[in-house]
Order: sequence, then structure tokens, then C-alpha cells
Amino acid sequence: MASLETDRSEWTQDEQAAAVFPGARRPDRRRVLETHGLGLAVSEWGDENAEPLLLAHGGFDFAGTYDGLAARLADAGYRAVCWDQRGHGDSDHAELYSWDADVRDLLDVLDSVSREPLVVIGHSKGGAILTHLIQSMPHRVRAFVNIDGIPTHRPPPDVADHERTRLLARELSGWLDHRRSAATRVRKPGTLAELAQRRQRMNPRLPLDWLRYLATIGARKDADGWRWKIDPVLRPGGFGPHRATWDLRRFASLPVPLLGLLATEPEPMGWGTDPKEVEPYLPKNAQVIPVEGTGHFIHIEQPDRVAGLITGFLDGLS
Amino acid sequence: MLLLHGLGERSPATLPEDMKAWPGPVYALDFSGHGASTVPRGGGYTCEQLMGDADTGLAHLGHATLLGRGLGAYVALLLAGARPAEVRGAILCDGLGLAGGGPAPLTPQVIFSNPNSLGTPDGYGLAELARDVRPPDYATAFLRQASELSGLDQPVTICTMERPDWLVAIAEELDAESVSVSQALKRYAEVV
Repeated sequence: MASLETDRSEWTQDEQAAAVFPGARRPDRRRVLETHGLGLAVSEWGDENAEPLLLAHGGFDFAGTYDGLAARLADAGYRAVCWDQRGHGDSDHAELYSWDADVRDLLDVLDSVSREPLVVIGHSKGGAILTHLIQSMPHRVRAFVNIDGIPTHRPPPDVADHERTRLLARELSGWLDHRRSAATRVRKPGTLAELAQRRQRMNPRLPLDWLRYLATIGARKDADGWRWKIDPVLRPGGFGPHRATWDLRRFASLPVPLLGLLATEPEPMGWGTDPKEVEPYLPKNAQVIPVEGTGHFIHIEQPDRVAGLITGFLDGLS
Repeated sequence: MLLLHGLGERSPATLPEDMKAWPGPVYALDFSGHGASTVPRGGGYTCEQLMGDADTGLAHLGHATLLGRGLGAYVALLLAGARPAEVRGAILCDGLGLAGGGPAPLTPQVIFSNPNSLGTPDGYGLAELARDVRPPDYATAFLRQASELSGLDQPVTICTMERPDWLVAIAEELDAESVSVSQALKRYAEVV
């Protein structure tokens, strides 16, 4: 796998300046966890001997998207640990990607941090794979913070059957065409500003300064420009047999204290979870807070508020 | 003809007896982590990925009739729906891995591999592809695509004794009985 050290000797002054964002801090330690032949990049903030918190990032993100929140949790006296999921950030690109594989990788990271039950925090897809882990191995988790990753019903678009068939057909052939060309596919290079602008289409509420900062971490500088490191095989959307309804119905089974944060503003990557809709499916000991005026990336829009909500929740546990 | 093997199997080394009736060339594909194909690092198998494997084979052949055993039968159905213009009929036969993980998710678990497994078949493939969920209405969505977009009267032909839920739904939608493999071959030999 690629080195975790970033060589900045070829960076311009502007690029070096983009690698600074107020309140964000790169991890204090980074390491490679070798698991099943894949190298996973693990990042840690805070005192090595402090109480550990395991963070899981969302799809198409990487551990660096927690540079704001994890730094604040470290400053509050915790050891915050996050890994780049397979194919994301500095972790190896895998031959295959699946939910089961992500959960298994997650367990390996957890094993490398602590064998005691600990607090886990996940955003979006990160919250969903943590939910699966807790339901599989409840003895490993003490409490769960879910940031805009509570499952929801997503009703299919109101279209006729034959039209739906054609929609699925386009999705399927698009996915297969993408896969056919995957072996030779490379991401499009650009300047840091261009990468930030492209990412803003999916993250329209996040400031360009932040997205440029993310690009200095999640992208690498090649001779012909900057490229996101994420495996080009991965693409958003898709299809499969999985139903969000299954997750929602099973959500009530979670046996650990839960703090759920929900966005209130719609966003392309958001799930549009309605607090009233999920209320009947919440487990006991659940506290769900709609964070007013935030989109899907609640912890990036309001890191101080989210860090405060998390530390307050953790103080209430002991 | 493109043969797709069952879970944990590999392509036959010689032309199977019942394939001798096929008028054209017969190809066979080893799925990822099976037979002579490479073993992916750290698992991550889904039937959709295997559909991608079979689609890579289809890209080389241009068009093909698919005959799948067990797991390969389910993959053949998926590819018949996803590439209706290129798949000239899918024949679904008994074999290992026909049922997968059933119509809805079982109790959540972290899926491990046999730590002593070496080479192929990959232990992760065996474990993960015996758990993947196969809802009947997901299967019929692929059948409907094949029916609407392939131009074939019978884009899918069932030759199985075993009837997991997804295959019951396919049989109901097709409104057709199981036929023998030789009858199925005859049906598609005429199409090609």
C-alpha cells in the first residue's frame, strides 16, 4: 500500500496553504493494519492511554473527514480512532467491496484498539456498518453515536412498472459498463480547486475551503495534477437486494445506549430521515436529536456542537 | 454457450456429456476465488460481483446462452436481466448455492472464513455466498427485464428440482414447468 507519509516537496505555496483549516488537525498517529492481505490506514488523535472511541466514516469519505470532530474529542480527553475503509483514503484498493467485508474490516480495527467494550461513532454508511457490528457482537460496544445514519424507508419513485424496469436496466448496464472498464480506469486529474468544486456537487452545503482542505488529504499530487485516492471502481448509487426497511425494523433491537443526530436540511447524499417516522423503531435508551440548520455532514458543519453533544452523552453514561 | 458453475465448484475440464448436443462452441468461466481464477484479498463477494465476472466473459463472446448450476444459475438470471440484448437465454440447473441466504436477512453476523483454507475455492466466497440474500421480487425484477428487453419468448428456462423462494417466484412469473436440459438446449439452439 502507499506510504502514509505525504511528500509535500512538489506542492505550491497555495497548495500548502490549503492544507490548513481552522479547528481541523491531522491525526497524532497513523499506522497500517494488515488484515486478510489488505492494508488499512488507521488514524488516531489524542492520548494513547485515554478512553478510546472508534469512529467510522461515510461512503466516499475517509478518516480525514473527522479532522475537525476527532481533534475536538481528543481535546476533551479521548483517544479517537478512525480507519480509511477499504478502497478509500490511504487504504488499499480491494478486488471486491461489500457490506460484509466492511463490517469484517471494522472488527479487525476494533480488535487492534481494545478488547473491552467501547464507544463507537459513525456517520452515514459508517453508522450503518456499526449498527450491523453491534447487532452481531453487542458485547464489544458500550454506546453508539449515530450521525445522520439512522435507516429510513426510501419509497421507490412513483413510476409505472415497465418504466421502473427500464430505469433498473439503465442502472445495471451502467454499473456493468463501468466495471468492464475498471481495470484501466483512472480518476480525472485537476487542481485542488477543481477537485473541491467537483466534490461540492455532492456536498453543496460544505465550504470550498473545507473541501480543498479535504482534497489535500484525500487526493494525491501526480505529475499531471491532483487525483482523489478513492478506488475508481467505486461509484455512488447502485442496486442490490438490500432494503432499508429491513434495517429500520431491526433498529429497535440495538441493546446499547444510542445518541442519534439527524440533519434537518435536505442534501444529495442525505437519507432524508424523518425523526417522526423513525420514532417507533428506536431502541430503548435512545436519544435522537435533530440538529437544526444542518445537512448530511452535521459534524463538519457544526463540529463544536456535535463534539459537545457527544461528550455530554458520554458523561451521562458513567 | 457459457457455463457458470455452482458455489465452491470450478469449470469442468472436459465437455460435459449433455453439452454435446449444443451446436456451437462451449465456454466456461471460473468465478472470482474459484477454480483457476485469482483469489481476491479479504473477501467481499456478492452475486452482483459474480454477475460482473460473467459479464466480463460475455464482453469477450459478444453474445451467449448461459447455463448455470446453483449459484451460477442465480448469476445467469441476473445477467440475463442486466444484458438482455447479449444473453440469448439462461438455463437454470440444480447445483450448490442455489438458495443463497434465503429471501430476507438472517440474524446479523460477522462472516469469517475458514483460516485453513488455501487457494480456491476461497473460504470467504464459500461463507459469504451462502449468506447473500435473494428476495423473490428482486429476482423477478431481473426476469421482467429479460422478458421485456431480450425479445425472447422464454428468456429463462428452469431445469431444477430444488425450488428456493426466488426460484418459486420466477417459475410463477414464467408460468412454465421444469424441462430437461436437453429440451432447454434445443430451445436456445434454435434462437441462436
